[in-house]
Amino acid sequence: MHAFQLIAAGTPGAGTTFIAGGTDLLQLMKNNVIAPDQVVDLAGAHLRGITATSIELRLGALETMADVAAHPEVRRGWPAISQALLLSASPQIRNMGTMGGNLLQRTRCVYFRDTAFACNKRHPGSGCPAIAGENREHAILGASDSCIATHPSDFPVALMAMGAGVAITAAGGGTRVVPLADFYRLPGDTPEIETILQPGDVITQIVVPASEAAKRSVYMKVRDRSSFAYALASAAVAIEIRDNRILHAGIALGGVAPMPWRAAKAEQALIGATADAAAFEHAGRLATEGARAAGMNAYKIALAQRAVTRALMEAAHPTAETGVL
Amino acid sequence: MTDLNPTRRTVLCAVAGMSVLPDVPQNALAQTPPSHTALSVTLRINGADIARPIEVRTTLLEFLREQTALTGTKKGCDQGSCGACTVHIDGHRVVSCLTLAARCQGHEVTTIEGLAQGDVLHPMQAAFVAHDGMQCGYCTPGQVMSAVALVKEGHTGTDDEIREWMSGNLCRCGAYPNIVAAIRDVADHTPARG
Amino acid sequence: MSEQTNTIGHAIDRVDGRLKVMGHAKYAAEFANTDVVHAVLVQSTIAAGTILAIDALVARSMPGVIDVITAENAEKLHKAPEIQQAISFPLLQSNEVLFNGQHIAIVVADSLQQAQEAAATVVVRYRPQDAVTSMEGRDGDQRKPSKKLNGKFEIDSATGDFSSAFEAAPVKISATYKTPVEHHNPMEPHATIAAWSGDKLKVWTATQGISGTQQTLAGFFGLAENDVTVICPFVGGGFGSKGNTWTPVTLAAMAARHVKRRVKLEITREQMFFSNGYRPQTRQALKLAADRDGKLLALRHDGVIATAMPGAGEFAEPVALISRMLYACPNISTSHRLIDINQSLPTYMRGPGEASGSFALESGMDELAVALDMDPVALRMRNLIDSDASEGKPFASKPLAECYTKAAEAFGWSRRTPAPRSMKNGRMLVGMGMATTSYPTNRMKASAEVAMLQDGTVIVRCGTQDLGTGTYTTMAQVAAAELGVSPDRVRVELGDSRLPKAPVSGGSMTTASVLPAVQEAATAVREALFDMALKAKGDQWHNLDRTALTLDNGAVVGPNSQLGITDLLAQASLPSLSRKVEATPSDEADTFSRHAFGAQFAEVHVDPDFGTVRVKRWVGAFDVGRVINAKTARSQLIGGIVFGIGMALMEETRTDRASGRFANANIADYLIPVSADIPDINTIFVETGDPITTRLGVKGIGELPTVGAAAAIANAVYHATGKRIRDLPIRLDKVMA
Repeated sequence: MHAFQLIAAGTPGAGTTFIAGGTDLLQLMKNNVIAPDQVVDLAGAHLRGITATSIELRLGALETMADVAAHPEVRRGWPAISQALLLSASPQIRNMGTMGGNLLQRTRCVYFRDTAFACNKRHPGSGCPAIAGENREHAILGASDSCIATHPSDFPVALMAMGAGVAITAAGGGTRVVPLADFYRLPGDTPEIETILQPGDVITQIVVPASEAAKRSVYMKVRDRSSFAYALASAAVAIEIRDNRILHAGIALGGVAPMPWRAAKAEQALIGATADAAAFEHAGRLATEGARAAGMNAYKIALAQRAVTRALMEAAHPTAETGVL
Repeated sequence: MTDLNPTRRTVLCAVAGMSVLPDVPQNALAQTPPSHTALSVTLRINGADIARPIEVRTTLLEFLREQTALTGTKKGCDQGSCGACTVHIDGHRVVSCLTLAARCQGHEVTTIEGLAQGDVLHPMQAAFVAHDGMQCGYCTPGQVMSAVALVKEGHTGTDDEIREWMSGNLCRCGAYPNIVAAIRDVADHTPARG
Repeated sequence: MSEQTNTIGHAIDRVDGRLKVMGHAKYAAEFANTDVVHAVLVQSTIAAGTILAIDALVARSMPGVIDVITAENAEKLHKAPEIQQAISFPLLQSNEVLFNGQHIAIVVADSLQQAQEAAATVVVRYRPQDAVTSMEGRDGDQRKPSKKLNGKFEIDSATGDFSSAFEAAPVKISATYKTPVEHHNPMEPHATIAAWSGDKLKVWTATQGISGTQQTLAGFFGLAENDVTVICPFVGGGFGSKGNTWTPVTLAAMAARHVKRRVKLEITREQMFFSNGYRPQTRQALKLAADRDGKLLALRHDGVIATAMPGAGEFAEPVALISRMLYACPNISTSHRLIDINQSLPTYMRGPGEASGSFALESGMDELAVALDMDPVALRMRNLIDSDASEGKPFASKPLAECYTKAAEAFGWSRRTPAPRSMKNGRMLVGMGMATTSYPTNRMKASAEVAMLQDGTVIVRCGTQDLGTGTYTTMAQVAAAELGVSPDRVRVELGDSRLPKAPVSGGSMTTASVLPAVQEAATAVREALFDMALKAKGDQWHNLDRTALTLDNGAVVGPNSQLGITDLLAQASLPSLSRKVEATPSDEADTFSRHAFGAQFAEVHVDPDFGTVRVKRWVGAFDVGRVINAKTARSQLIGGIVFGIGMALMEETRTDRASGRFANANIADYLIPVSADIPDINTIFVETGDPITTRLGVKGIGELPTVGAAAAIANAVYHATGKRIRDLPIRLDKVMA
């Protein structure tokens, strides 16, 4: 790990980064994936608070994954958020990891995290060995010829299905709110740019609208072992059903794209439809429209479809099987 | 609000109607003279203050193992993937390999060495011995620290719940069933919370 | 002997348990953490070629850095000693690169952080060559292993006439099975602290074999064995990865001599994938044929196994040994072939040979049972054999039928409906599968010293290792039983090369090797105490048959009176009485084939949409000989099954084909089971004992429960889904497909 200064306040710029929970940052620094000279400690920042109203849920950026997951209002009004968090990482990591940090977790692509390999995200222009290499875990949606890495977090997938927004304060002090859907950037030719954050920007809050759909939201995660593993595919759904008709639907996929992947077409197809298996299977297929396999990850197309279908079934007819895979 | 569809529009509306956003980043961004890459820290560990000069990049795990004699906390992966380095900070279980020692000042750190009362084992330690919840013993301190926290958190409803909430601690010897039995034993003899 | 002193077979607590739960058990990296400097290894990023230059200018100038050692300035080592444990590549003796991740430099600095940062700045220029990074497409390069398998078994075997018998048989199957590279990943990374004092070397190191480490280091540095001391009181798991003296141990000693300081070298979890072996990739072709009643007529098992390039050593995983001896079959043909690839040297890993081999054989037996429309247990029962046809010797003991019966009964096998996809639990497909396990019972000569102190404390001294298997505890139990004290009065010293010599803790042989030495030494102490007592009692015990004497709670007890050991030794002015014994396997043992056996039964649930497989129940019945400690023995059985579950469902080290580098070299991406993956495991001891190998009747336990586990799961997955997965691990993408 490169030596650095830890400061409570500092000038943002090249070579400076922020630390909140530190669970991902320290891994990246130990592996020499990043080597900042200055690390600004957010521990003293007043970015806590979990506030739930009939309109929205607000999560302070420094709230821990554990606290948000366990919060009774979150569990009642936005269950997919709690589920996604509880299916993430380990209890220890969840006691450390924060809301803002989880949004910014870097990809688990093995080529990105081992500096012995080339990587366009780490060293723009150096190449992407994953495209012709070990890509069983890689993206089927939203990837580019320069990068096929996936976003690894679960929590923002749930947020995406519920139309959440991210409040950001800039270095100069101005604050803006960005829909999560606009927060992430697809790799294109610049896989090193992952979000719209500018140097010095800090995520301060996450805002999630309240809705009947959010109340019935479900997060379904499929992985290689029963716990403490990243998603091979996951689905977050938030649907409102009245008289067996779907009034509203939010659907997002995780583990299959460079960002939490909103399945807008599947959402639209569901609105007005009868809440039955045929509709849910159709939505599953639409959710992966445009998917492209890199080689070893072809199974993810069917897996993601089935995750969506199963999550919708679960939301419509709860059996408490969520995530117990 | 009648539109229940959680779309981007709703978010923007909701945010526009929000009160004031938290004020903090000002603090984070104000210009102050940078400190150095080394500093002196005093950490409160197992009830005692320990002062050491360290490099800022020193993790709590390295602090314990290299700067003090508290080697009970183990380094298994140094990446947060195994849980062997689990300690408690202010009563919460965390992995010390992903914790900067410098950020622990002002917090209470408890390690495996701080669990027993002199020669009297903590009930969880005694249960691990009785149920043979270990083989090589290397992951054991982390398992015990995690198990103590788990009981306090109240995740002992079923054995499956215990398994899930112990899944941050890898054991390559495969002592898992015995570890679950040890925790079950302690939980059954611990008064319910509240 | 009383209940209190003779605890053999009982489930007594692990004697070192207290130290372990308190965090006071000290592992290699935890000795001497003051006055030590830190070494970090730099590794190659190409798989084949030559190092042209290593630019360490920046590294050398960084704060705290003491030196950077490369092939240019490294000391020239002596030739490797002729023992299997001595690993001689890579040791910075040349500029040749034979695999990606090869150690090519050592950075030594005052602090670990300084050494790590400096290591990252080292720049290496190579002249790369084409590398062989996979077995695929390399069948033309197959070659025979250069040595016998495990040093003693023929590379190929043939009994009867396989081809004609297979041709003529009415029912047959033919299939190819694949197993991937798997890494041991003990929780304790390998670590060494090396300290020189003149020409004497002392190392604290994580090893399964202190003697082999001592010999290896003495050999490389040209020292007398006694000038090397190796300390290792606790090992944080080995599973085979700490059996050899891998090069980081030697490099740590080299670095310590180079910088003239005490050096600590802890390799990282990532480096664990490149530094200390792994279970090699195999491809196994299996052919089985039977008559319509299920009697085996022909068996052929051909293994193709990846190994390192010759310059990095050779290891041949003996996958087909189990096929030579497990079932009655008149026509058996087996072979082993190697393909050299540019990867580090593979090695033994829990159940070496048998774990991979049984996946093929026991999956094949299940396929044959399906072809015969026969119950898989009945098929195995039909082919029981009481002698080892491959060696022409009777088995020392073989209660395998009892293992099948007891495990099947406890598991509820009779409830199984044979058709695939015929059993469900809610939406989950339920599968039940079983497999046979077997592993050789090994024993080597070992020495131990037992001392009785005046205060009644017993000391056992033996240069063996305790990997978590319970060796401290079982040694205490055996000495206690012989000397009439409770085990907590016994102090066991092990893990120090100055102690009487014992073999490597591998091949499940520690208990069978070491306990006889402890027992014989303790018996000798007891007999000496009896001699002294008889002499001291003079006329009173004159003409007394010494079999009337016992040792109990610190006294020699005879008819009507007793004599305290404290007095006895004090009168003789002896602070302690000790005896040292070297125990060797009997010649008679060689006239038998000695194996442990068992039956593994697994129930899995498979999600029909996702293909996820979860193990829900396990019953195993194991012929483990006589159990010394029911608690630690059971722990080992459970642990071995967990190891097998990992092998079956998730473990695989994947190679980036372009670079030859292991791609998922960390334990977030190389998955091993977590608690949530492991159900209740019911282990049954079938304790018929083995009177041939040792007087105690023990057999080895360590490997046995891992063997057969993967096949039991694969067979259960077939039963659940109708899909036969022939390449491990059985991950969801294969089940979904």
